[in-house]
Order: sequence, then structure tokens, then C-alpha cells
Amino acid sequence: MPLTTALPDRCDHVMTRLEYSAKDQSSALKPPPDAAGVIETQGLNLYYGTFHALIGVTIKIQPRRITSIIGPSGCGKSTLLRTFNRMNDLIEGIQITGNVIVEGANIYAPGCSIEQLRKRVGMVFQRPNPFPLTVFENVAFGPRVHKMAGRGELMGIVEQSLRAVLLWDSLKDRLHRSALELSLEEKQRLCIARAIAAKPEILLMDEPCSALDPIATARVEELMTGLKSRFTIVIVTHNMQQAARISDDTGFMLLGELIEFGDTDQVFTAPRNEKTEQYITGRFG
Amino acid sequence: MMTLRGLREFCIEKAIFLCGVAAVVFVLLIFTFLMREGFSLFFKIPMTELLAGTHWYPISDPPRFGILPLILGSLVVTVGATVLAVPVGVASALYIAEVAPAGIRDVMKAGIEMLAAIPSVVIGFIGMVTLVPFVKRLFGLPTGLTALSGSIMLGFMAMPTIVSIAEDAIAAVPTEYKQGALALGATRWQMLYRVVLHAASPGILAAVMLGIGRVIGETMAVMMITGNAAVIPESFLAPVRTMTATIAAEMGETVKGSLHYQALFAIGIVLFSITFVVNLVADIFLHKIKR
Ligand SMILES: Nc1ncnc2c1ncn2[C@@H]1O[C@H](COP(=O)(O)OP(=O)(O)O)[C@@H](O)[C@H]1O
Ligand SMILES: [Mg+2]
Repeated sequence: MPLTTALPDRCDHVMTRLEYSAKDQSSALKPPPDAAGVIETQGLNLYYGTFHALIGVTIKIQPRRITSIIGPSGCGKSTLLRTFNRMNDLIEGIQITGNVIVEGANIYAPGCSIEQLRKRVGMVFQRPNPFPLTVFENVAFGPRVHKMAGRGELMGIVEQSLRAVLLWDSLKDRLHRSALELSLEEKQRLCIARAIAAKPEILLMDEPCSALDPIATARVEELMTGLKSRFTIVIVTHNMQQAARISDDTGFMLLGELIEFGDTDQVFTAPRNEKTEQYITGRFG
Repeated sequence: MMTLRGLREFCIEKAIFLCGVAAVVFVLLIFTFLMREGFSLFFKIPMTELLAGTHWYPISDPPRFGILPLILGSLVVTVGATVLAVPVGVASALYIAEVAPAGIRDVMKAGIEMLAAIPSVVIGFIGMVTLVPFVKRLFGLPTGLTALSGSIMLGFMAMPTIVSIAEDAIAAVPTEYKQGALALGATRWQMLYRVVLHAASPGILAAVMLGIGRVIGETMAVMMITGNAAVIPESFLAPVRTMTATIAAEMGETVKGSLHYQALFAIGIVLFSITFVVNLVADIFLHKIKR
């Protein structure tokens, strides 16, 4: 077994193969210009107890593009996505080796701030999960938690974020109603707005449309395409058509390994790996 | 034709039905009795004198039946107990549900259940020999039998109700909310404070109301440690007498059917109305959760 160690809430238990100097961490807040919005993993292994869920994943996700991760159910797509904002830390008995570098800083290195990381790397979940608060309080959550705005500025951020997801016009008179009253599609849009409001560089989306009907799905896809000029978007999907429609780059995973990663057109029209070809032509999955 | 088995089923069903009906009938009987014995007083003594009268001299001549001091006595003790028990209770519920490691959680839950099992008379005499002298010395009072002492001991009695129901409500908050908050970069405390407590608030309010219901109806412990002076309480450091203690202390000495006897029943009606409303509110909150 490679270097493994239990992964607790703190960063300092994780062995890393590459040494990142203190200078790198202190500059974690301001990434070097060419690293803004970039996610990179190097030889990433993840174990749930003894189960080897990610096997030597090395990937470089480019900024201001939509990258989709496809593959059959249970192949580790969500697990990979959750290493990018350290949401896996919540799971007991997890072990990680290798590196995850977000905007030039190794996020599993000692001294990294998980809160700051998650502010820069927003996440949208499979099932829309607005808080049982008002629409306004949902969107204002990130800015409040990170003390990003004074009282007067908060409304501006909420408006911008809701406009970005095309909810402002329909919700501007319902800002102080419960977010639980919204339709499923509106809820998911609200969750996207909530993530955007914290002004992240990167948005992670784990099957964001799987709870939505086809029409809502099409509209949310359109929204994502519109957002890619401002954010690096990584979307997990088991819907190949969706990946082909919206993404610039595609990664194909199988049984914990990243089998192929490249330009979406190339992956879907001229896959280099035989297994990728079998999967996209529907021979398994 | 009915088989033997069918007959047995039939009998069991009817027996259970009768038990259920009996519970309702008893409640109705108690309610009617309370009303019959106490309601006539509302015609003999003006409502204002009864509810707003400041003197409770049931055996002087002429007797005075102002129950305001008693209502205020109950109120002061209840408010005091609530102010003490709610923050501590909700905080420990939050700790048990969200923070404590499994081992400590089990120990704490067992402890809370034990607290609920202590008979109120035991709480009363423990308060009498430990808390009462302490309060007396601490504040330099002529007596330690005060509303404050009563509030503290009743706070202990309300705690198990508040903690266990609030804990259920907090533990029932969906993990999706918690993940959503953490994924936005909230610290654990921010997640608990801004999302979990909000999401659990109907259950927490129900817990508080049921805790209050427990305190208002409590008799033995308050009788032993609040001093039982039927005067309008001027502060938490003065002796008070609650409605419950008055009924318990005086019912044995009254002549059945006398004015005093009826007045005690009238207090019972007032008390019943208050606890009814409190329980109703708790119920409404609990229903809100179920939906
Ligand atoms: N919390 C967990 N504990 C143990 N095993 C898990 C856990 N989460 C996921 N797994 C396992 O890891 C593998 C990958 O899961 P996941 O990343 O959710 O797959 P995908 O998103 O591609 O469907 C699956 O075999 C799953 O059973
Ligand atoms: Mg998944």
C-alpha cells in the first residue's frame, strides 16, 4: 500500500508526495494568474476503509471551461468531485494519498483553510437542498458566513446572484418567502445562485439535473453554458448526451480509474481507449 | 359462524376499544367535575375580584379570594425556570445531537433520562437542604425559600423534557442542509447556528412549551422550596406561592361545597386553562414538523 493515513478534519495528517512550501500556502488566497480556476490531481488514491475508490487519478481541469466526468454508476465520479472541495473529509474511515492542487495550492497540505477552499470552490448537489430559510437568506448565506458584505451591499450581491441564474425577475417580489415553496427547478437554480454568491472561481456540480424534468434540464444546461465565462465548471453526470451537449472536456471513469480525459469532441468521436468506446456506444453501463 | 379465533379477536378488539374510550371518558369526567365544583364561584364573586384581587385570605372574615398573587407566583417561578432551563437545555441538546462523540452521547442521554426519573419530592428536599441555604447566604436574605430557588429546581425538572425533544428535532435535520452549509465554507458552528437550529426551530419550540407545561403543573417541589407566601412577588428573591401549591396545601382543610373549596377548584380551572393552551401550542408546533 502507498503512503496512507487517516484523514481527519485537519489537514496536517495527510502525507503528500510533493512538498509545498509555506510560501505556497500563504499565497493560497491569491492564486498565481495562470493557476486561477485550475484543478489538478496527481496520483490521487482514495480509500473508504479498505475499499479502493479512486485509483491513481491524474487530471488537469482547465479554467473557464465545462468539464464533465462520465462513467457508470459507482465508478467514483462523486468521490472524485468531493475531493476538490474536501467534502470527503466528513466521511469516517477515509484515506487519501497523492495531491489535489486547486489554484496552485495543495489543498490537503497542512495549514490550508477548508472554509477558504470551499468559498473558492462552490458545490451544487444532486438533490436541490435550499435551506429552510427565505430566498434572500439562502443566497446571502455565503456572503454572511465569509463576511463579504456590509448590510447595504448584501442586497446587491443577492440580486446579482439571482440574476445570474435568471431567477431575479420571478423571485424579486418573493425574496422573503420560504425557499421551500419554490419548484424543483427554481430550487436548483437557487442553489446555484447560493453557490455563486460566495464568489467562487470553481463550481462543482454533482448530477445537478438528475432530479429535474427534461425541459428544466435543458434550461439549467443553458444556464451552465452561460456561466462558464465566469467559472470553471466541473459537472458529474451519467447522462452522456448531457456531457456531449454542454462540456468542453470530458473525463471517463471506470471502477475508480480515470480511463480517458480529453476534448469532448475527441472523446465522443474518436476515443483513444477501447473501454471508452464501448461505454459511449452503449455496450455497457 | 364465528370461529373461536374470530371470537378471541373480537373480544380483544372490543377490550382495547373500551380502554381507549375510558381514557376519554375520564378526561371528560374530570373536566365536568372541575367545572361543576369551581364554576359557580365565578357567579358569586366578581371575575375582576377573583382574577385581579391582590389578597388571598380564604379563611379570614370576610374571606378574600384574589388569586392574582398565586397566578403571579406561578408565573414568576415558571419564567425563572424557563429562562434557566431553555438555553442550557437547547445547548445540551445541540451538543448531544451534533457534537458529542458516540460514547459521551450515550452517557449524557442516560443521565438526562435519570434526571427525568427523579421524583419531584426528592428534587424538593435536595433543593431544601442544599440550594435554599446557599441562596440565603449568597444574597444575605432572611430566608432562602424564594422564587429563585424554586426556579432553579424546576429548571432541572424541565430539562429532561426540553433536552430530549429538542435533541430529536435537531437530529432529524436532514444532512443535505448540513452539507449545503459546509460546502459554502461555513464552519461547523456557523452551520449549527445558522441552519440546523433554524431547521429544528419548530421542534425546539415544542420542547420549550412542553417543558413549561411541566413546570406550571409541578407541585411538590415548589411547595417545599418557594416559601408559600401568598403575596404579589416583588422580586425573584422573595417567597412566592404558586397555584398548584395553594390547592395542594389547602384542599385538605376546606369544607366540601364551601366558598373556599370552590375557590380552590376555580384555581384548578385557571391552571387547567393555562396548561391546555401551552400544550395546544406545543402540539401545533409538533404538527408543523410532521407535515
Ligand atoms: N461513504 C462511503 N463509504 C463507503 N463507500 C462509499 C462511500 N461513498 C461511496 N462509496 C463507494 O465508492 C464507490 C464510488 O462511489 P461514488 O463516487 O458515489 O460513485 P458515482 O458517483 O460514480 O456513482 C462506490 O462503489 C460506492 O459504493
Ligand atoms: Mg454519484
